[in-house]
Amino acid sequence: MTRLSSYRDFDWVLLGFVLLLSLISVLEIKSATLHTKFHGFDQKQIGFLAIGIVLMFLISLIDYHRLIDTVHWAYGVGILSLVAVALFGTKVLGGKRWISFHGAHFQPSEWIKLILIVAVARFFWGLTGRDLTWPDIGKVSAMVFVPMAFVLKQPDLGTSLTYLPILICGLFLGGIRFKQVAIILLALIFVGGVAWKSGKHLKPYQQARIDAFMNPDSDPRGSGYQIRQSLIAVGSGGVWGKGANKGTQTQGDFLPIPYTDFIFAAFCEEHGFVGAVGVLLLYFLILMRLIQNAQTASDLPGSFIIMGVVAVIVFQVAVNVGMVVGLMPVTGIPLPLLSYGGSSVLFTFLALGIVMNVRMSRFVN
Amino acid sequence: MEPSHHSEAQNVGPNGKAEKLPIGKLHSVQYLVALILAVLLVGLWRLQVLNSENFRSLAEANRVRKVPILAPRGKLFDREGRLLVDNYPSVTCYLLREQVKDLDADLPLISKGLHISPEQIQATLRRYQIAPKYQPIPLKQDITPDEQAFIAAHRDELPELETLDEQRRLYPSDGFAAHLIGYVGEVSEQMLANDDRYSLYSPGDVVGRSGVEATYDALLRGTDGSRDVIVNSHGKELGHLGQELAIPGKDLKLTIDLDIQMAAERVLEGKIGAIVAMDPHTGEILAMASRPTFDPNQFAVRLTKNYWNEILNNPDHPLLNKSIQAQLAPGSTFKIVMSVAGLQEGLAQSMHVPCNGGATFYGHFFSCDRNHGMVDINNAIPYSCDTFYYTLANRLGIDTMAKYATSLGFAQKTGIDLPDEATGNMPSTLWKLKTQHEKWYAGETISVGIGQGAVTATPIQLARALSGIANGGVLRRPHVIFPDEVPPEMLQAIRENFPGSGDATIPLSPENWQLITDAMANVTSSPIGTAYIAHLEGVDFAGKTGTADVVGGRVKNSTNKSTIPNAWFVGMAPRRNPDIVVAVLWEHGYWGNNSAKLAAQVINAFVTKQRKRDNNLRIAEVPKPATTAAVSPSVSGGPASATP
Repeated sequence: MTRLSSYRDFDWVLLGFVLLLSLISVLEIKSATLHTKFHGFDQKQIGFLAIGIVLMFLISLIDYHRLIDTVHWAYGVGILSLVAVALFGTKVLGGKRWISFHGAHFQPSEWIKLILIVAVARFFWGLTGRDLTWPDIGKVSAMVFVPMAFVLKQPDLGTSLTYLPILICGLFLGGIRFKQVAIILLALIFVGGVAWKSGKHLKPYQQARIDAFMNPDSDPRGSGYQIRQSLIAVGSGGVWGKGANKGTQTQGDFLPIPYTDFIFAAFCEEHGFVGAVGVLLLYFLILMRLIQNAQTASDLPGSFIIMGVVAVIVFQVAVNVGMVVGLMPVTGIPLPLLSYGGSSVLFTFLALGIVMNVRMSRFVN
Repeated sequence: MEPSHHSEAQNVGPNGKAEKLPIGKLHSVQYLVALILAVLLVGLWRLQVLNSENFRSLAEANRVRKVPILAPRGKLFDREGRLLVDNYPSVTCYLLREQVKDLDADLPLISKGLHISPEQIQATLRRYQIAPKYQPIPLKQDITPDEQAFIAAHRDELPELETLDEQRRLYPSDGFAAHLIGYVGEVSEQMLANDDRYSLYSPGDVVGRSGVEATYDALLRGTDGSRDVIVNSHGKELGHLGQELAIPGKDLKLTIDLDIQMAAERVLEGKIGAIVAMDPHTGEILAMASRPTFDPNQFAVRLTKNYWNEILNNPDHPLLNKSIQAQLAPGSTFKIVMSVAGLQEGLAQSMHVPCNGGATFYGHFFSCDRNHGMVDINNAIPYSCDTFYYTLANRLGIDTMAKYATSLGFAQKTGIDLPDEATGNMPSTLWKLKTQHEKWYAGETISVGIGQGAVTATPIQLARALSGIANGGVLRRPHVIFPDEVPPEMLQAIRENFPGSGDATIPLSPENWQLITDAMANVTSSPIGTAYIAHLEGVDFAGKTGTADVVGGRVKNSTNKSTIPNAWFVGMAPRRNPDIVVAVLWEHGYWGNNSAKLAAQVINAFVTKQRKRDNNLRIAEVPKPATTAAVSPSVSGGPASATP
């Protein structure tokens, strides 16, 4: 088959939804940075999107089986990059998460996600359909936990948590049995209880975030401030919103980082419940489309990869939007496709590129 | 799990290897995704649809800040419209406690930029601990342009600092008329808690704390306005919504004549005492000075501890307005009250008392300054002969004396529109019974006859009593603000808040009126008078000296200041229907004639001014004998327009 014919199978509908969200993202970043020193971030986001789209097309040309074949190398490089961050990383906002390279900054923890998605797919393919044994569960868990530990140490609880759904999704689709799930859960409860008793469990800022989540009004100028301002922004938007560039919480700088983690709050304030429903509907359509692609994938690893992407996106949407509406504590996880940020955009589009390749390969035997 | 087994079987590839994910599991993922998004939608519904109004008002409270526009306080002018108290623009730095994240961390920077010590800041915070958290705390008043620039430059690091434009009081320097004008300061907790007049005030409000500033605070303060300002989270102004302008306080004209006040202040300089000058026709105070004095400007900005201690430790009580608060034995000035009593009772006319340097009553010798020979009422006043008045007192008895003294305003407030007036005291049999539960002894009456013993009076009381006598029996309520400057209901409220004897009329026959005033003229104009040294050429100046022993007795040639007698003088010009009455108290001034010299200078300033202004030589005219007691108290007219 020719390359041209494979583009007929490129998921243009999915790309349409994605680009629509990206457009909303650019407009909201523009609004949220209008009167701040971050003015112009919407232009940079367009740049990231352009690079992301190009990379998406490029990676969609690479047979995903070749990615699976070489993923152990990528995994090794990924772990090394995390070690490099730990040793030479740049400290930003209290966490060592970035590597500066010739003036450009990278957040290696983002592409670890991609590597883990492929690596987990490869692992379950390698099981060749047999039942999951305890050693299997141990191996795949270790594969995820090693990078998780590094990222947790940076410290970046949010990003490290995004690795978990890859594992959980893999185990679920890979056929973990109910008995195994029950044993794991019991063990977790036991370990959690012991850790809680021992007293040293969370860093102070993490504990403060949990406390603030439980009771945002307890300290309106301290840890509860972000949640409180986010709730005010979303709630005051009402049904129809205050209008583009007219959100008082967003424009008055009351809403914290309204162009990244709290961009959905800014959007909800300016475009109301109607706008929020529209965005959630777009996520729903994108996710359904992805799951459909997983269903029609020609082989197991293709499905696993797509479902890994689904797991990461669902998790991030749930945690981020949940945080913005006060259902989840503040974790610092960006909203895929809406939040400003090169690493996040590149992850999303590279992941989509691989998904496209899985889809384009569905009639290849 | 039944459907998944079923689909797994379908998805097994040719080599027995599962090539497809079980469709049931994918469906369950779809349901999970739908469920998660539904939960998020419910969360959004709860915030944006159900509680939207609540959050909308919170958002408004976030961005709209009410900035007060402080009303400038009314200015004070003298009776001729000359400016006495002005305002000047000033900037105060406030601390917004709601904006503070970690004050302890910011303290060193704030301290350095505003030039106040961290301890001071913390002391200020402690004082406002009970105030609601949203209320800004004044950190430093009257900040310099440098400090303003500091606050502007550190908006991001120190969002808790805010500046506010205010108008501050500018008082005359050197404590000029300080007691009369008073000063402003922050309303105290006691005032807020205990005084109904301050029920609408809040902590931090500036109010008049003494003098005219206190009495007329409601008129002077005006009404503060406010501006609704749109701010961002750093407190930076982004725009305005609307404003309610401040209503400036009312300017007030005092009855004070700056020229007379200046003369009074000048002659009192370096002494301890008080001078009150009054228009007896109306009760308008023309001058009121008290020494030692204080600088009200120090009170208008936050008072320094040093200055406060200096004031507090001064034994002569600089904050005391001695014109209305010093209650001391009036000494021989009381003899004019005795003369009225003696003449009206028909006793004094026929009295001829031999003075041999004193006399014995009830087995006790009461001394007189000098051997006056045969004394009658006409020369008893200029001589200030004690023996005559001992005898008169003995014949009148204490209760008759008290009756006349009380009708002339002794032992009661005059009702002047200034806070904390003293009442003074007039003894009587009833008074002694009430206060000491003892019977009055006739021997005690003798020294009261010369203004010693238990009788005390304030300068304003003496000025008012003399005014009443000099204009034939009509006593006026003294006041420092023209009544037509004040709304009627407030005037009524002030009269209720400052009760006193007010306006009153006493019976005084024309012959007695003429006799007493002529005798008082002789005090200064006759060589036999005690204050001849103070006579004014070409001015009909009358009066009465008083040399009052202080507690501890008169010690001749003593160097101990506290035992030197107080020098009193009450005087007027002209002698009948005067245009000005002056009362002088010079504490430890030794002789009454020393005070007479001070009074003469004040009267001279008044006369010179009158002559200059309208060439009215009436004061210099030789007075015609009084023919009627009827006086023409011209309430509205100035001193010069009142002619008999």
